[in-house]
Amino acid sequence: MRTQQKQRLYLVLFIIAGVSIAIGLMLFALGKNVNMFYTPSQIVAKEAPTQTTIRVGGLVVSGSVKRQSDSLAVEFVLTDQTEQIAVHYEGILPDLFREGQGIIALGQLQPNGIVKASQVLAKHDETYMPPEVAESLKAVHQKDSP
Amino acid sequence: MWSWLTKLASPKRFYDLAMAWIPWLLGLAIILLIIGTYKGLVDSPPDYQQGESVRIMYVHVPAAFLSMTIYVIMAWMALVGLVWRVKLAYMWAKSCASIGAVFTFLALVTGALWGKPMWGTWWVWDARLTSELILLFLYLGGIALRQAIDDRNTGDKASAVLALVGVVNIPIIHYSVQWWNTLHQGATISRLGKPLIDASMLSPLLIMIVAFFLVFLVAVLMQVNNEILERESHTSWVKQLLGMKLSNDR
Repeated sequence: MRTQQKQRLYLVLFIIAGVSIAIGLMLFALGKNVNMFYTPSQIVAKEAPTQTTIRVGGLVVSGSVKRQSDSLAVEFVLTDQTEQIAVHYEGILPDLFREGQGIIALGQLQPNGIVKASQVLAKHDETYMPPEVAESLKAVHQKDSP
Repeated sequence: MWSWLTKLASPKRFYDLAMAWIPWLLGLAIILLIIGTYKGLVDSPPDYQQGESVRIMYVHVPAAFLSMTIYVIMAWMALVGLVWRVKLAYMWAKSCASIGAVFTFLALVTGALWGKPMWGTWWVWDARLTSELILLFLYLGGIALRQAIDDRNTGDKASAVLALVGVVNIPIIHYSVQWWNTLHQGATISRLGKPLIDASMLSPLLIMIVAFFLVFLVAVLMQVNNEILERESHTSWVKQLLGMKLSNDR
């Protein structure tokens, strides 16, 4: 490489390094604000603000879903395997909503610790399989844990 | 050692080589697209949770994969152009921009179409979706910047710098699902360890990724060749080539 080319290469690499550091610092400063949602543990640890709208993410606890027979109101409990938080919602739930499923609820944290949600989103995980495989996995799982 | 690369950087050699390759690549792309589409739409099972909607994945994932790959290629060409002043590299960078923008748009649209029934929303401002949208703006910004500058040389350099600055976004897109809580699910294929996708769904997905990549290659080679003809129109070989074509057509 000629000297001039080397100089240009160093200049370009210097710019890229500079921009990377700048963006890195910015994202570091934004920190948890970039997070889409709070986990139940964070809410129990009082890391989430109470007065404004927040998002809570977690798994729907099996058997916790209670539906009102005369309205669309539904109540369920979210968990991140350590802490639990109750959510109250009125509206249509997405297709993927079911017990054991990852859910993100948008709403306000009430003083009594219940989240009053205005929107419920289902979070999909990164596993993909046909129904038969899922069935057989379930069967094996049940055999292992009586 | 680098002599073959220097030879390839000559527009005339590249033009001839690309012309020879395009029909083969295009044929292979079409065959793989047909196989991949058939396997994806007919010969693969529905998902245990998503049902039939999972089939959007066979377009969404290849498009998203290519939107990032094309950007890396574009940034690499921009670097080669800036440092080594290779004319052909700038032509590549320019051609990559529009094709990359198309794939990014496709990834965003198919993602939204899947998100509505599955998540319950077309769009959320989580880290993955937002950074992919920024990628689209980087592509469009680069195209607009080039269009705005009359002098070709200056336009090439300006958009090359923008392409290189924007490359920071690529690792952010890829790792956004790990670094932050996002609504978007984590990586399925490009993770170490046992794949989380069933083999019957993985094979159409991989075929579609290869097919999409071939489609990109064909498109980019054609566009680069176009660019060569335009930019080298003052050279004798292009004049001769076009003259021959004209007399043949007559």
